[in-house]
Amino acid sequence: MTPPPALQEMLRVEALSVKTKNATLLDRVSLNVREREILSIIGPAGSGKTTFLRCLNRLIDLEGGLSVSGKVLLGEQDVFDDAVDLAALRRRIGMVFALPTPLPLSIRDNLRLGLRFQKSSGPGTLEERIETCLRAASLWDEVKDRLGESAQKLSGGQQQRLCLARTLMVRPEILLLDEPCSGLDPISTAQIEEALQSLKDQMPVVLVTNNVKQASRTSDRTAFFLQGELVELDDTGRLFTAPRDPRTADYVSGRFG
Amino acid sequence: MKPSSLSHSVSEKIIETFIHLSAAVSIVGLVLIFIFIGKESLPVFTSPEIRREASLSKIFLPQSPEPGEEKVFRWQPVSVVPKYSLLPLVVGTLKATAVALLFAIPLALAAALFTSEFAPSWLREWVKPVIELLAGIPSVVMGFFALIVMATYVQELFGLDFRLNAISAGIALGLAVVPVVYTMAEDALSAVPQSYREGSIALGATPWQTAWRVVLPAAFPGIFAACILGLGRAIGETMIVLMASGNAAVSSWSPTDPFRSLSATIAAEMGEVVRGSTHYHVLFFIGVLLFLFTFFINYLGQLFVERLRQKLSGTDK
Repeated sequence: MTPPPALQEMLRVEALSVKTKNATLLDRVSLNVREREILSIIGPAGSGKTTFLRCLNRLIDLEGGLSVSGKVLLGEQDVFDDAVDLAALRRRIGMVFALPTPLPLSIRDNLRLGLRFQKSSGPGTLEERIETCLRAASLWDEVKDRLGESAQKLSGGQQQRLCLARTLMVRPEILLLDEPCSGLDPISTAQIEEALQSLKDQMPVVLVTNNVKQASRTSDRTAFFLQGELVELDDTGRLFTAPRDPRTADYVSGRFG
Repeated sequence: MKPSSLSHSVSEKIIETFIHLSAAVSIVGLVLIFIFIGKESLPVFTSPEIRREASLSKIFLPQSPEPGEEKVFRWQPVSVVPKYSLLPLVVGTLKATAVALLFAIPLALAAALFTSEFAPSWLREWVKPVIELLAGIPSVVMGFFALIVMATYVQELFGLDFRLNAISAGIALGLAVVPVVYTMAEDALSAVPQSYREGSIALGATPWQTAWRVVLPAAFPGIFAACILGLGRAIGETMIVLMASGNAAVSSWSPTDPFRSLSATIAAEMGEVVRGSTHYHVLFFIGVLLFLFTFFINYLGQLFVERLRQKLSGTDK
């Protein structure tokens, strides 16, 4: 069950720590994200999952009063380097949030939004690109006839898939999802998971989730966070059946959390 | 029912009645004011004597000062042959309002955008109360400042013929409008959900792109409402224009000419007018006009904002 060694590492996190004045949110976390995988991050609330995710595209910068140390290497580039072009970085590392965040614009304008922030929109016409991304987010059939309508008229599950498509529009190299299904019904959740399965061949997916079952059924590898610490990272099958750390065993078996 | 809960429900009733009563008093007061102004302006429509001097056509259409002379618009209520054309006053009011809004709205919106999107929080906590304090400056002080200090500088800066003109009065008026527009616009911007900003930044937007393309459009209904409120304030403001406009009732659209506004006319002339005279009733008619102006602007503004909100949230159709 060992993964083929040829898998390249897309993102390397080395000893990443995030501290406030009197608390440690993340404590020297090191892990790698490989190509063509879905990496789940599980853990109880307050374990630092979201903080970790927000470090990867430096959305953490929006919060004041934090000190970050360690490295996040995207290729050869440290994302915490002062010389990093933040806008370009965030286009390379796309993110979908817990709650859908469609703007009060039409579906089409929501999708175009990311492209409007950059000079060149890449190959292909806009309409082709919209169709590709909506298909990838399995939303195309539901909205193809009403791209001009307000995005806020869509249901919660559709809005979340629209946000996924909107992120794909800027052609990210890595996809981060922060509890994307926490507000969704099982059918919408299944649609998102299905979309992620077909996307992972194009870009690795880092999926933060509160739902242990979601991690076990969708991801290739799973990381377990507890109180800012990376307790265990392993192939999903092994982490759920034969965890090495007793705390992991307690959490995945539902004894706490 | 226990005695304590009985007294509780009685005090509840008293408080409720009191609140209803205070609301009713303010509404009744407003209605009575309008009825009074309307009643006093009614002779302009009904009394044959007054209509001979100031009928609606004399008020709004050009008249010959002497038979055979060219027809002009003139407000000369105390000359031998009184002339009651309101056009110079309407032009003056609109001119000053336009200058004031051109000055105040960009300034107020830029300040609001800066404090809500770019300023560090310690600066925001400083700037907002200070600008809001500007609203507390009595307009007579603002008018005095415009009349004594600013008018000279404005005249020198632009090399103008008249010391008192629509530019300096408009700027002073604008200073009074800025805090009104700023406060409401800042509230509207701050009310935009943080998730909009994060969503936009995560898509690779710079903070400026986020502010300009995401936050500003999302807050647009509130910002538009803020501008309407500022417009209402500018039209009705009296003291500043009374002091800084030069009060010459000329119908010129040039911002470098002096002017006289509707509100300043009432303030300046009501004290000396003969009660019951044509002039007296025409002044009340001006009051009705001002009331209708602001009423319709607010009404249309609200209608537009409501439409916009529905369109943005997708609840129309």
